Amino acid sequence: MTRTLELKNITVRFGGYVAVQNTGIAVAEGEFVSIVGPTGCGKSTLLNVAAGLLEPTEGEISVFGEPLVGLNSAAGYLFQVDALMPWRTALGNVTAGLEFHNVPREIARQRGTEWLTRVGLSGRGNLYPHELSGGMRKRVALAQTLIMNPKIILMDEPFSALDIQTRVLMENELLNLWTADRKSVLFITHDLDEAISLSDKVIILSAGPGTRPIAEFNIDLPRPRDVYEIRSTPRFIELHMQIWDRLKEEVLKAYERNQYGTGN
Amino acid sequence: MGPATSGSVAAKRRPRPPRKWLPSRSTIAILQITVLVIILLAWYVLGKAKILPEFFFGDPVLVFGQIWDWTASGEIFIHLGITLSETLLGFAIGAILGVIGGIWLGLSPVAGALFDPYVKAINAMPRVILGPIFILWFGLGIISKVALAVSLVYFVVFFNVSQGVREVNPAILANARMLGASKRQLLRAVYIPSALSWVFSSLHTSVGMAFVGAVVGEYLGSAGGIGYLILQAESTFDVNAVFAGMVVLTVFALLLDLAITIIERRLIARRAS
Repeated sequence: MTRTLELKNITVRFGGYVAVQNTGIAVAEGEFVSIVGPTGCGKSTLLNVAAGLLEPTEGEISVFGEPLVGLNSAAGYLFQVDALMPWRTALGNVTAGLEFHNVPREIARQRGTEWLTRVGLSGRGNLYPHELSGGMRKRVALAQTLIMNPKIILMDEPFSALDIQTRVLMENELLNLWTADRKSVLFITHDLDEAISLSDKVIILSAGPGTRPIAEFNIDLPRPRDVYEIRSTPRFIELHMQIWDRLKEEVLKAYERNQYGTGN
Repeated sequence: MGPATSGSVAAKRRPRPPRKWLPSRSTIAILQITVLVIILLAWYVLGKAKILPEFFFGDPVLVFGQIWDWTASGEIFIHLGITLSETLLGFAIGAILGVIGGIWLGLSPVAGALFDPYVKAINAMPRVILGPIFILWFGLGIISKVALAVSLVYFVVFFNVSQGVREVNPAILANARMLGASKRQLLRAVYIPSALSWVFSSLHTSVGMAFVGAVVGEYLGSAGGIGYLILQAESTFDVNAVFAGMVVLTVFALLLDLAITIIERRLIARRAS
């Protein structure tokens, strides 16, 4: 299988602090890969490296076999925090990327409206972000990223701020959108349930400092999936126990480090 | 100290603190008008009783007579128009220059570091003293007043904008970059709108500054405007006209502030973040 995105021997240092050490991660075409790790282990750092927003101290990134220089233009990035422009309407936010690529205004508006409908926000295009709920803002952000038709989607705990019901809803919606048009996805989360139910592959990162991948699990659950129902199937529970066994140690390590104030 | 230390506990236990007597809005309005009437009456009576020398303190009846004369003859509107146009021009030019300067110094660390001491020095200077220079340079017409207003507005906007630019939400910036924004597009789509929201938030202060600049400029030397009316009255020892000018200025400033509040509501209400 072709590798859409590959991180090779990545090390990131901030001053004397080694955030990520000698890490390699590969995402194949159409593959949904989740990265799970304890809080503050450098997951977001890794994603920023993949996006080209952060230059690694050592190592290489290749996108479709080509070394990455500058920003990763093949990638769309869904941020953990709210990154919508508060001075633009929902539609204005969704069409921002098209505008940056000089797509004619009428076409941009038309495609933006289509995307708003696709994420369940038809008729809300004229509202400003602060007039939308947290879940709606995430939908706008999702449409804003996906309208650009990126070949790779990077997601940094995109649903962590949502309440549990909205979250399951958004996860299912994400899966539907992804199934319709399989992209490569690199998804970061600290929620193991979320990682297993969405992904083809789950990668466990060690506790920081000097984070690196320590285990990789293939998720052989059948698709299409319903993220809520799949959580009660025997195979899911089996996988969950296997992965949690491995993850637990790291979480405890991170917890101990944070207790003594040397973590992060 | 017993009751004081347990005060917070007691407050929590009590379902509602005893309600303070709050008069209705109309009662307050009546009381407010009463205060004004008492002050005016005291002024009038003390003046008539020769306790306040009329030469220095005037007579409220004559003050309002003067305002009436100005209004009836229409003279006041010409002067108000001059002061208003100086204020608005001063605000507009000062705000545009402030946004440009603020974005430039906010985005360029080198320029920021280079000009920092000069910006601080000019800001520390009481800029009203630039008035005489501006009158020398630009004459007694409207331009010298606009220049003074600009020099006052510029710094308010400049500081707000350069601060705002440095504090642009990094997630919004990274997001726009990932969506493909070039440097120029970042400026247009992120930096400028975010700077403008800071300008809006300092609208009351900066329009107020423009107004001060215009009036002080007129007072220093001019051929029209409310400041000019006061200057004229002062040089003929017409204390009633001085007071009348002050009243007109105050009412006008209040109206200006009201207009800004309305504009603000229209512009920002929906965008507030």
